[in-house]
Amino acid sequence: MQFTRRDTMAIGGAAVLTSFVPSLSVASTNDLIMEVTGGATAASSGIDLTAPEIAENGNTVPISVDAPGAVAVTILAAGNPLPGVATFNFGDGAGSQSATTRIRLAGTQDVIAVAKMADGSFAAVSQTVKVTIGGCGG
Amino acid sequence: MISRRDFLQVGMATSAIYGASGAVNWAKLAAQQKLLQDDLLQFDTYGNISLIHITDIHGQLKPIYFREPEINLGVGSAFGKVPHITGANFRKMYGIDDGSHSHYALTHNDFSALAKEYGRVGGLDRVATVIKAIRADRPDAILLDGGDTWHGSYTCHHSQGQDMVNVMNALNTEAMTFHWEFTLGSDRLHEIIDTLPFPALGQNIFDAEWDEPAEYFKPYTFFERGGSKVAVIGQAFPYMPIANPGWMFPEYSFGIRDENMQAMVDEVRGLGADLVVVLSHNGFDVDKKMASIVTGIDVILSGHTHDALPEPILINKTVIVASGSNGKFVSRVDLDVRNGKMMGFKHKLIPIFSDVITPDPDVAVLIDRERAPYIDQLSEVIGQSESLLYRRGNFNGTWDDLICQAIIEERGADISMSPGVRWGPSILPGQDITREDIWNVTSMSYGKVYRTEMTGEFIHIILEDVADNLFNPDPYYQQGGDMVRIGGMGYRIDINKPQGKRISDLTLLKTGERVDPSRNYIVAGWASVNEGTEGPQIWDLVENYIRRNGSVKVNPNNSVKVIGA
Repeated sequence: MQFTRRDTMAIGGAAVLTSFVPSLSVASTNDLIMEVTGGATAASSGIDLTAPEIAENGNTVPISVDAPGAVAVTILAAGNPLPGVATFNFGDGAGSQSATTRIRLAGTQDVIAVAKMADGSFAAVSQTVKVTIGGCGG
Repeated sequence: MISRRDFLQVGMATSAIYGASGAVNWAKLAAQQKLLQDDLLQFDTYGNISLIHITDIHGQLKPIYFREPEINLGVGSAFGKVPHITGANFRKMYGIDDGSHSHYALTHNDFSALAKEYGRVGGLDRVATVIKAIRADRPDAILLDGGDTWHGSYTCHHSQGQDMVNVMNALNTEAMTFHWEFTLGSDRLHEIIDTLPFPALGQNIFDAEWDEPAEYFKPYTFFERGGSKVAVIGQAFPYMPIANPGWMFPEYSFGIRDENMQAMVDEVRGLGADLVVVLSHNGFDVDKKMASIVTGIDVILSGHTHDALPEPILINKTVIVASGSNGKFVSRVDLDVRNGKMMGFKHKLIPIFSDVITPDPDVAVLIDRERAPYIDQLSEVIGQSESLLYRRGNFNGTWDDLICQAIIEERGADISMSPGVRWGPSILPGQDITREDIWNVTSMSYGKVYRTEMTGEFIHIILEDVADNLFNPDPYYQQGGDMVRIGGMGYRIDINKPQGKRISDLTLLKTGERVDPSRNYIVAGWASVNEGTEGPQIWDLVENYIRRNGSVKVNPNNSVKVIGA
């Protein structure tokens, strides 16, 4: 639990978004994937996303993607005001089609990774990352 | 997870691979109305390797009373499965007779009466006797400490964990993982680890800056025992900087990191491990899920959620053992390991009845030496309790009801909050409350009692947030504590709803009015994870309250209405 007044207010803002209005502010995971693929169905295998289940700090959440054979991977944060986070493009000389970065999350939401493969097909994966007030561990 | 019946069927079907559990016929012993040390220790040594597991001692060097939970609800796939079975249902499941000492050790009913009959439990001098007896059967048995050891008492706080370190070293602990130890602060933690004669393990302890494995902690260690190579992989509490103050150990990052766990299992197998053991502080439901995802783990020694189970459960081919808390139990697991495979196991959860098990004299002397500098402070009687005081349970315990009332009165608050931790021994009706008893349920390195204003809406958000840490149907999103305890306010909770929709009907008890989302309320509480929290220490506040009242009584608390249990 957060309890200096300033922190309370700051966290309160994030948590309100998390707890009470997700359906208003969160873009549909499926719709976001479709935007990247241009309407094509994405396979559910062929891309791995590594992200914490619960963020230690919502302002800097470490994530990694690995999509062997991809030419590009797009990262989306469904609950952020601007869901687009990054697109990594991999050239012919890339040793591996993987990337690691840190992203900021406005609250609990799905993080999505969409890979475009060399043959033009797509693969997508998502994971819920929880941004919590914390406290009270056993 | 499988039911007892399934477990036995699996045991039968695969008897060539797995032996049956070593559960003792407690009922027969109870009928004889006598309990002997030999009965508690009886075990036909099996296979070629023995593991000894103790976890979540929380600084308890001396025997205590500890009431197991009455309310321990499971949601989703955990509904109605152990450890979310309590009381009479638990006894029925394991064939435990009413009134037997297993009834007293493992369930909550009739606790005060049975405590008078069977006495205190735990005490590391008694634990030492049990460990020595196991080592007499199997000299190279491996003693593993699941963490939450260097925290939780007056002497542990004042010696910054040194009392526990000295005693656990005297027991010849051989590896350890961690949780509350980090709340000593990383400098003190490093100082202790530099002196440890055994490895500090945690495959999920990472450097926060670079997100790489942390230097101070090894992911795993090897033991050559019984002609086999045993790998022990550590798994620290995954949500340390969220559930506890991250500013005390800013260098570190955690998480479940099951992909790295799989990599470590594969690595130790590649290095020739015949047996892979995970020494875990995940909590039981998280361990169950991890065992269903990570392949190649033979045994998980599970800690954190303080569950005591008389039989292990099997997830695929992984055996999960839960060994209780507060020094009340020790688990012995014997294994038959041949040709790189676990061929079978035998298990016993040994309850540490302090009046039955003879203290080990050397460790008894050591414990008294650790306590001697503080003995006058420890033993001072502050008041008496007319009620049974306990903490464990999902929503409230009488100890926390007392603490919440003390906070309201001492800090002049409308509403009080007390953390849903699972440690803290019990006090029987009529028992004196000493300063040591108060510290046993309050001591921590961030115990200051804040007093602040919160809107009704924000109070609601806190409850929703903590409830999701407990009742999210996916165990990987649970932190393993109980619900934050509330004084001065009632509410309704539907545990099966999603976050944001579980909590309703917040009511200010002193007026009977609904809590107004837009109004400010004076809220006081302790264990804030924020740096710079100001206020009196919780143990001083509770001591003042008990001293002022002389004798304390806690009335039944029906202010939380639970739906969906």
